[in-house]
Amino acid sequence: MSYLAALDLSISFGGIRAVDDVSFEVEEGEVFAIIGPNGAGKTTLFNLVSGIYSPDGGSVRFAGRDITSLPAHRIAPLGLARTFQNIELFEHATVLQNLLIGRHVHRRSTALSHLLFLPAVRREELEHRRRVEDVIDLLELAHYREQRIANLPYGVRKVVEVGRALCLEPKLLLLDEPTSGLNPEESEDMGFWIEDINRDLGVTVVMVAHDMGLVSRVAGRVLALNEGRVIAEGSPAEVQKNPAVVDAYLGAE
Amino acid sequence: MRFLFKTHYNQDIDHLKHGGDRFWYGLLLVLVAAAPAALGTFYLGELNLVMIYAIAGVGLMLLVGYTGQVSLGHAAFLAIGAYTHSLLLGAGLPFLLSIVAAVLVSALVGAGVGWIALRMTGIYLAIATLAFAMLTEQTISRAEWLTGGFRGLAVPQASLFGMPLTQGWQHYYVTLTLLVVTLLAALNILRSSTGRAMVAIRDSEISAESVGINLAVYKTLAFALSAGITGLAGALFAHRLGYLSPDAFTFLISLQLLLMVVVGGVGSMRGVIYGALFIGFLPQLLAIARDTLPPQIAQAPGLEPGIFGLILVLVILFEPQGIFGRWLKIKSYFQLFPLYRRATHRRQKTYLRTERLR
Amino acid sequence: MVNFAQGDLMMLGAFMAVTLIGDFGLPWALGLLLSVLALAVFGYLLDAFVLRRVLGEPQFAIVMLTIGLGFIFRAVAGLVWGYDPQSFPTPYTGKSLRVGEIVVSYENLAILLGTLVLCLVLFLFFRRTRLGIGMQATSQNQLAAYYVGIPVKRVFSLVWAISAGVAAVAGILLAPVSLVQPGMGFIGIKAFAAAVIGGFGSIPGALLGGWIIGVAEQVAGVYLPAGFQEMSAYGILILALILRPQGLFAQIQRKKV
Repeated sequence: MSYLAALDLSISFGGIRAVDDVSFEVEEGEVFAIIGPNGAGKTTLFNLVSGIYSPDGGSVRFAGRDITSLPAHRIAPLGLARTFQNIELFEHATVLQNLLIGRHVHRRSTALSHLLFLPAVRREELEHRRRVEDVIDLLELAHYREQRIANLPYGVRKVVEVGRALCLEPKLLLLDEPTSGLNPEESEDMGFWIEDINRDLGVTVVMVAHDMGLVSRVAGRVLALNEGRVIAEGSPAEVQKNPAVVDAYLGAE
Repeated sequence: MRFLFKTHYNQDIDHLKHGGDRFWYGLLLVLVAAAPAALGTFYLGELNLVMIYAIAGVGLMLLVGYTGQVSLGHAAFLAIGAYTHSLLLGAGLPFLLSIVAAVLVSALVGAGVGWIALRMTGIYLAIATLAFAMLTEQTISRAEWLTGGFRGLAVPQASLFGMPLTQGWQHYYVTLTLLVVTLLAALNILRSSTGRAMVAIRDSEISAESVGINLAVYKTLAFALSAGITGLAGALFAHRLGYLSPDAFTFLISLQLLLMVVVGGVGSMRGVIYGALFIGFLPQLLAIARDTLPPQIAQAPGLEPGIFGLILVLVILFEPQGIFGRWLKIKSYFQLFPLYRRATHRRQKTYLRTERLR
Repeated sequence: MVNFAQGDLMMLGAFMAVTLIGDFGLPWALGLLLSVLALAVFGYLLDAFVLRRVLGEPQFAIVMLTIGLGFIFRAVAGLVWGYDPQSFPTPYTGKSLRVGEIVVSYENLAILLGTLVLCLVLFLFFRRTRLGIGMQATSQNQLAAYYVGIPVKRVFSLVWAISAGVAAVAGILLAPVSLVQPGMGFIGIKAFAAAVIGGFGSIPGALLGGWIIGVAEQVAGVYLPAGFQEMSAYGILILALILRPQGLFAQIQRKKV
């Protein structure tokens, strides 16, 4: 039984089949990449897995559970965190607050006890802070801790978003274009972090990527999509050589 | 400029971050508590009103400033609090119990409105809350068997611990205590995961969902909390009015409450206090201004709403962060002198993009 | 862009017509044309000097700003024209059309015809002219519209000019049946309800919305106890928003990520 399994997933928007009978399986502990040209349905696939869209057909299983019809906020507590292609951070809050929001699934106290800020709530807050500081150390965000997101450069926001996802203490991390818009140096760092997250924290990683260099470096297996369909699957080297993939990127004939 | 050396996470969590805070807020509390000794009945009453506004403002700020949900109908919750309190007081319930009940009833109605409003956003939400307020106003004026309609409802005399509340200073202390309690509760919410979930919803619903925040639960909760606190203000407001009728809770009141939040500074609790002071003392300023203006302008019945409108427009055009935002700018000007640049506080604009599909 | 001051623009238009026709004695048609033009210019200037500053600010700011403007307009109108309701003379006042058993006053007929003509003109404008299409594009994506060469700022001012002009027409049509006074703009809230029910951005939708509210008010007035007539518009509004939170004919889809 694989860790994350999509079976025959399909969804259409206004007659266009954005994702068409896509199946794939991800094993616990691996780094799995999804590639494909623009409009291939990669992000839509992520939205289906993380519960933002519900599919027209097919199913998603995660850690032995059917999560196909669960809403996004019920999927996150199961240990599935994600980032967004165009960065969806809490703009008017500080980095620290953003990361603390990422701890939401680990809250134990009720809103009523928050009203009174009982000692148990304080203890819980301290615990959250400790965990958040671990993430800040890992991703070297200490310098930006008290800054508002709106004032941060793009590259840092990208890292903060990964940090927020890590604060959920996920078992599976979905990264949507983790290096898009980053300069070569930042991309390099992001590659190292993905390796660290996978190896040291034991988090299974599924990422959508454009950057084949990054994919060959960190991913164990690759799934290639085009026009909503799977066109190839295998190791990065195999997929890169696959004629269907070459066609999809360079245009057939 | 003060540099804080943090040695414990508690320093971030505590309300009062350092000695200076403790000193100034302590001094403020002493001054406010001593006010009845120094002020005459009139100004004490006005200060009491300011604090009632401040309580309602805390409620509205939680919703508008922190959860990002607009409400053009908060006068309705003020009315519900006021009527519930008066009716229960009239039925013989003790003062404190009746206040608690008024808060609960308002919160319950607020939860209902919040639940209904779940799928609405932005402008549609604003209009729905406005319609809700209109409906409430109509209902109150028509349900004469309960509320007396336009004939009005006399607010019964309250007594606390066997002591009748007849004097201005007694009401003043009751309001002051409840304001402090409300502020502390609101700040407690904001420094815990509930408050952070609200901020998350304000800034990005989609990623709030994907970190596991249940939008339905937290939006409803924010509405309930906001309505409950506004209902509390309503209960106190009833005593101030002495006589309730539906035209005390019109759209103009909703607008005043919003004006308070905007003028004070959206997204800060201190802004609420500034806004309340502003709204509370504006009629006094207007009264003074009336004496100097030519009579045909000064006596015009629409002058006050017009001035409110004008201030609202000016604040939004020139200082969208309100008085609190201006204060921060002045403070950083002096702290950074002579290095302050205007760009430090420049806002980012986001251009409208609606996603339409044919 | 959403305008909470629309009803008050309507009120200003009506007052303008009253002044030009009633006080200055201009011919009816000329006075009408002039007051529509005056309001259009006013709308243009309003955008150029006030509203343009909040372009790019959150929607909340625009809502609050237009509410504030509405209050200012009402106060100014009160100062200039007073608070006593004024009647509005028209060439057709008091006359009525008789078709068999049915008697329709010309005032109501004018409202009906005026509305139809106005809608047709607006519909053609938005469908057929470059400017109208540019406006639609701007309402969907300001930045993209700017990139393809639409003068976004000028388009916004023109939109305001048109909507103020239309408000003036509405005010003038309504004036003979409802009397002119600073508070008459409150009917604008109902217009809003119509637009919401129809879904913003759809003129046929707004018409249908207005029709639903009008009929419901009449029905409630006849069959339900007193008070329900005033409440019905708001009740329907809330109901419509519960069923279709983005309006009946909304085209807006969920935000993409």
